[in-house]
Amino acid sequence: MDKWSKHDLLDLQTLSAEEIEHVLETAKSFKEVSSREVKKVPALRGKTIVSLFFEPSTRTRGSFELAAKRLSADTINMSGSGSSLSKGETIVDMAKNIEAMNVDLIIVRHSVAGVPHKLAENLNASVVNAGDGCRSHPTQALLDMFTIKDKLGEIKGKKVVIVGDILHSRVARSNIVGLTKLGAEVTVCGPSTLIPIGIEQMGVKVSYDIDAVIPDQDVIMLLRLQKERQEEHYLSSIREYAKTFGFNANRLKMAKKDVLVMHPGPTNRGVELSGEVADGARSVILDQVTNGVAVRMAVLYLTLGTKDVSKEE
Amino acid sequence: MSLLITNAVIVNADKKNTKPQSIFIDKGKIQAIGSNTDVKATKTIDAKGKLVLPGLIDIHVHFREPGQEYKETIETGSQSAVKGGFTTVMCMPNTRPVIDNAMVVEGLLKEVNRVGLCNVIPIGSITRGQKDQELVDMFELKKAGCLALSDDGKSVVSSQLMRRALEYSKMVDILLIQHCEDPLISAGGAMNEGVTSTQLGIKADPYISESIIVSRDIELVHYLGGHVHFAHMSCRRSIELIRQAKKQGISVTAEACPHHFTLTDDEVRSFDTNTKMNPPLRTPDDVEAVKEGLKDGTIDLIVTDHAPHSKEDKEVDFENAPFGIIGLETSLALTNTELIRKNVLSWEEVVDKMSTRQAEIAGIKNKGVIKEGYDADITIVDPDEVWTVTVEDTASKSKNSPFFGRELVGRVKTTIYGGKVVFQDK
Amino acid sequence: MPRKIMDSESIKRALTRISHEILEKNKGIGEICIVGIRTRGAFLAERISQLIEQIEGEKVPVGILDITLYRDDLTLASSQPVVHETLIKFDISGKKLILVDDVLYTGRTIRAALDAITDFGRPAQIQLAVLIDRGHRELPIRADYVGKNIPTAANESVRVILQEADEAADEVIVKKVGANG
Repeated sequence: MDKWSKHDLLDLQTLSAEEIEHVLETAKSFKEVSSREVKKVPALRGKTIVSLFFEPSTRTRGSFELAAKRLSADTINMSGSGSSLSKGETIVDMAKNIEAMNVDLIIVRHSVAGVPHKLAENLNASVVNAGDGCRSHPTQALLDMFTIKDKLGEIKGKKVVIVGDILHSRVARSNIVGLTKLGAEVTVCGPSTLIPIGIEQMGVKVSYDIDAVIPDQDVIMLLRLQKERQEEHYLSSIREYAKTFGFNANRLKMAKKDVLVMHPGPTNRGVELSGEVADGARSVILDQVTNGVAVRMAVLYLTLGTKDVSKEE
Repeated sequence: MSLLITNAVIVNADKKNTKPQSIFIDKGKIQAIGSNTDVKATKTIDAKGKLVLPGLIDIHVHFREPGQEYKETIETGSQSAVKGGFTTVMCMPNTRPVIDNAMVVEGLLKEVNRVGLCNVIPIGSITRGQKDQELVDMFELKKAGCLALSDDGKSVVSSQLMRRALEYSKMVDILLIQHCEDPLISAGGAMNEGVTSTQLGIKADPYISESIIVSRDIELVHYLGGHVHFAHMSCRRSIELIRQAKKQGISVTAEACPHHFTLTDDEVRSFDTNTKMNPPLRTPDDVEAVKEGLKDGTIDLIVTDHAPHSKEDKEVDFENAPFGIIGLETSLALTNTELIRKNVLSWEEVVDKMSTRQAEIAGIKNKGVIKEGYDADITIVDPDEVWTVTVEDTASKSKNSPFFGRELVGRVKTTIYGGKVVFQDK
Repeated sequence: MPRKIMDSESIKRALTRISHEILEKNKGIGEICIVGIRTRGAFLAERISQLIEQIEGEKVPVGILDITLYRDDLTLASSQPVVHETLIKFDISGKKLILVDDVLYTGRTIRAALDAITDFGRPAQIQLAVLIDRGHRELPIRADYVGKNIPTAANESVRVILQEADEAADEVIVKKVGANG
């Protein structure tokens, strides 16, 4: 790769395999920074980062803020009830208002796909997507890939199954895009009501039988199951889901000895995975959290260093 | 005031006259058509090199008056209509308040007459307040001037209520236009359900929400008689059902919009809210099916579903943005570019679908044909002029179109309504 | 025309001399640790540590410092420089830290390195060893050990070629660059 040229991080569709690798490589150095006694470097001193969350989030927002602070950026949080979209203010309006505060980078999460793209179109500041609708959660997928690479050495040729509510999962979609780009073989597994139409065209296999796929896999990635799915008729009951797709000690026995068990958090223990598996030796759930900070540092560092050439007259 | 159009290559639905003729207009009527050019007229228009069509008719537009005049008014809507070559439009009742009683209709018609640019006929709702609970007073609405009823924007969902509406409308002799969408299946979907929506992670509406209502209404007409006109057909399955129903002699008709034979759901990848309409843009196969339906007559009409929304309304996230795009000013050019020039339809067929058959289905008298004694509503078109759709050039109050920047072929040069020139292109 | 200033033999002699000077000044290897600045400084640090080991028969701890994140010219670059890991796997507090780089020029790299080191701990002393001192300082920084002083013009560049980094025989070259060089 010649030079990192992305001013925004909106999704993994717009990154090449090489660029994804570059982020992961850069994140390695930042992981070292996070392990120091003084966990702070001056790289983004004087930069202002706004986190704009239209959806509740503690983990992702915290992880981003930590990342920004460890790079010495100034951060403000315009999230929660203070944000006004869908109360009459248009996206463009809001974007321009933020722009007027001379902000360098905006981290945005919204319940509807495409909002970060629309913001990016209207801003000179960098935009980093922290999750849009069911579409994309690029930093989660990057940290998942970082964790897999860190633990298994490489991603190419590895077999990964993503289990659960694929239909509503931006984590699944971003991981599918990223992992297939880096040459992993991805299977999605879950109740037929929660596997969206045409998902095979994203380059994955589909299975409704978790027991049949477990033995082959290098990575088992479990997704959070929202309790509302029962009321929306996607599921007959959470109990049936837990029995049919929940990952527990018995299923772990069927898996490869060095399998990785992953979960983007927060976990529903007893639903998508049992407590003993979550806390067990094959679980890398806490590594994912640690790596999340490093990956987000890398993303902030890289996107902030790139001028938006396209917008310069 | 009289008007003479010379060198007129007249295109009627039944035939295109290759020999240029003259049309003499006086007292708002077409008085004479022939080779004689010696008639004394107040004004003469030379139509050399152009096509002369009966004034275009669109039985499916939204003019937002009363209630949402910031999006469009009778006045701005009429300006947009005549710029697109339309001399008669029928406006849908999903206004605020809903057009569901004679008073609202009368108020609207007063404004239509004041503006006087074109013929705007209000459509009443089928159910009071479009609430899907009780029927409107159909006789009253017909008497006030409505030629059709529709709950457009949504379906009459209750099958029982639709049954009664159909039975009653037979007696009143008024057209029912059904917006086909089962809301329990569409469930707030913002785009077509399919591979694209799966990739984009946007809440989606499967095509069956449309075809289920089409199928139900075909069954109702089959059982009860009467007639249902299906608004904005967008998917292969609906068109197949209608084709089959027509073969069996079931009295249904259908319409389609230019965006449904031009664009696919791939456009949504831009997250441009001007690619969000209801029914949504669908797959290339559905686009093909709409064209086939237009070609073989399964789809009777081309309508715009002109649905103005302000910049502020549309500049929100995709799922919360309102449905719909404007269409009056691009309709004929898109039809020419996508259908006539690609040999899907002939000019005669387009005149049929954009004028003659519209008048027939809605029961609009004395319009839709260039014929002696008919209203002098005429649209003169340059079929070969190439132009680019721009915001600046748009007459509608709203600028929500996915077609800005697109190059189209065929431009309306002159629109004549009731013998008066109401639009003249520079 | 590029001028060859040092060849592999003279580089080796210079490093050997620096190693002796370090031992002399610090009276043996006592509390010494060596930290090289990526990329070439790191390789030179490794060589010096080997030379010291040959002389004293004992290893000194060696680390690698990446100063990218401490640079003061980040906003000037059109694209972020590639960050590499810093590898200092020992406690530097209380140590006599020998910082190693290939060329001492404006002093800004050393300034960044000093900041970085401070984040890792509090050495008793920091000393600076460089293979080349080419002058043109912009900060009040000087080297304790210098392989060779080379007077240069501002429009010249000094290139240190090391086998480990460049897969070519060791040498130091001075050449003219463009007016803005």
